[in-house]
Amino acid sequence: MSNGRGLERRRAVSTDRVARYERMVEIRAFEDRVQGLFAQGLVHGTTHTAQGQEAVAVGIAAAARPTDVITCTYRGHGIGLALGLTPEVILGEIMGREIGCVGGIAGSMHLCDRELGLLPTFAIIGAGIPVAAGAALTAQVRGTDDVAIGVFGDGAANIGAFHEGLNLAAIWNLPVVFICENNQYGEYSRINLTTPIEDLADRAASYGIPGIIVDGQDPDQTVEAVGAALDVARSGGGPTLLEMKTYRYAGHSRADKAEYRPEGEFERWYQRDPINTFRARLESEGLLTAEGAAEIDERVAARLEAALQTVDDSPPASVDAMFRHIYAPV
Amino acid sequence: MVRMRMNQAVAAALADEMREDPDVVVFGEDIAVAGGPFKTSDGLLEEFGPSRVRDTPISEMGFLGMAVGAAATGLRPVAEIMFIEFLGVALDQVVTEAAKFNYLSKGAFPCPMTVRASIGAGLGFGCQHSQTMENWMSHAPGLKMVMLSGPQSAYGLLRSAIRDPNPVVVLEPRALYGGRGQVTTGADGILPLGESRRVREGDDVTIVSAGAMVKVVRAAAEASDDWSAEVIDLQTLIPWDREGVVSAVRRTGRLVIVEESPYTSGWGTEIASYVGARLFGELRAPVLRITCPDVPVPFGRELELRYMPNPGYVRDQIDQLMATGRVPDPWWAEKEGSLR
Repeated sequence: MSNGRGLERRRAVSTDRVARYERMVEIRAFEDRVQGLFAQGLVHGTTHTAQGQEAVAVGIAAAARPTDVITCTYRGHGIGLALGLTPEVILGEIMGREIGCVGGIAGSMHLCDRELGLLPTFAIIGAGIPVAAGAALTAQVRGTDDVAIGVFGDGAANIGAFHEGLNLAAIWNLPVVFICENNQYGEYSRINLTTPIEDLADRAASYGIPGIIVDGQDPDQTVEAVGAALDVARSGGGPTLLEMKTYRYAGHSRADKAEYRPEGEFERWYQRDPINTFRARLESEGLLTAEGAAEIDERVAARLEAALQTVDDSPPASVDAMFRHIYAPV
Repeated sequence: MVRMRMNQAVAAALADEMREDPDVVVFGEDIAVAGGPFKTSDGLLEEFGPSRVRDTPISEMGFLGMAVGAAATGLRPVAEIMFIEFLGVALDQVVTEAAKFNYLSKGAFPCPMTVRASIGAGLGFGCQHSQTMENWMSHAPGLKMVMLSGPQSAYGLLRSAIRDPNPVVVLEPRALYGGRGQVTTGADGILPLGESRRVREGDDVTIVSAGAMVKVVRAAAEASDDWSAEVIDLQTLIPWDREGVVSAVRRTGRLVIVEESPYTSGWGTEIASYVGARLFGELRAPVLRITCPDVPVPFGRELELRYMPNPGYVRDQIDQLMATGRVPDPWWAEKEGSLR
């Protein structure tokens, strides 16, 4: 599904911090481009973009093995790109083309790639949390050392599936890492309007598992935190809840201009923009120059242009595709 | 052939699948240590151990979601829902997740899970523990659904459900768990999904039913001297045996459907519509549906027995159909005004 380049792209973010930076730039540019395509009326339906949350995405992708299974949300383009899906297969899916990672029949909210461990992403908030626990059950029953990762937003922390999934994972000591992307908004509502506590990591205590707050704007910290939690799970230590504090730059979906945002909030978060701060760090460490960063920007722009062209050349999903894979063959 | 109760046939099917396939795991509320509230998993924990046989918390959304994840990654989980109503809090995982995984992955992540749920009235559990609710699942392409009608069907259909690469909901009439019958176990006892079963031969009318109603219909048919009925146990509600039913009705010219559920939007409406449209002009009488009234399941024993079609009522309805060529009013016709 990932054009055979998925694992190679995955390896790059796993091993190389500059490659991780480049992937973050790619995610940002991709999401900006997607928003533009919708604004121009070139894409049907809706979309949910993840600008601002790039460090969470690469942190997960860099720390997890491709054999670890991941459940993710409908805001999944960034994590999909980070895991190794190519821009053309995600864009193709968003635009309903045959080249899409699900053949264009699923759309923006439903990405999937078996080779990279990505289960079909969930458009029902919280639904992927117990499903991740189930993938962990497979590893436990079969005695493999794979781990499942359940990614969800802060909006999912108030739905039953969150509590039931964490409780089950805890009582059975399942190898699963729960990652809450706390981007401060559940759909159109700010978290303080829907949730009586500041830190969702506190909820782990109810299930007797570690709950750890992570700076979701810093890819070094996200990689480290996910890696540590995966190690615990892999070695039989059971589940962990990681709360990644991050920020959603866009509205909930394409129609949402996020006018409910308090004044100055975006600007305050943007001062800690994950891409800008990571670039500055890499430059200060001598791993990246200003010219190098500019080259990355150009390379990413060219890659996205090429992807858009490829998708443009791909036919729309056919009527036949609508009738495929309803049932697995007996 | 072994004589056993239906709940024992369920347990035998689970055990045989678990012996043959180490990826089969079972979980649900009180199913391991206690062997299931209806003893449908008796002995499994002892034979297969706590890794493959697990008690869950009262947490249907959680453990059905877990079944989805386990199935998509290689296990063949069988999750038990104690009463079908408890599926209401977890329906998403069945109709919106499990049913869509194969589609949303271009076939890369099929979801071979089985959801077993006890259904039906007759035991005095009241209106929140006596429904059948099959139509919750009948509008979600990607799912299959079967309804058990006795020990052999329990053994044979459950084994097929577990082996099927798709999510299958198995509806188990609770009132039948204690009923005994001869069961062929092993490979010869496995019944394919999607095929109906002819319970009885007859020439004047084809009666299609499922679940607990099969026994009721057979008793009605056997008691009638005026007409001879072919009785069909549909067995699989989704996908149902269109060809088998149409060819049977074409032969007898009359179709009666008997359902243990409210009249409005019952599974029989689909069959009535399909067969009625296909065989319009060939039918010798309009399609008759014999169902429960559109009321919550009442509690008292007499009321509950009245609520469900019984052999006398089924026979009487068909007598009227045969005599008049018209669909008779249901017994509750004079109460219709209070139903709307």
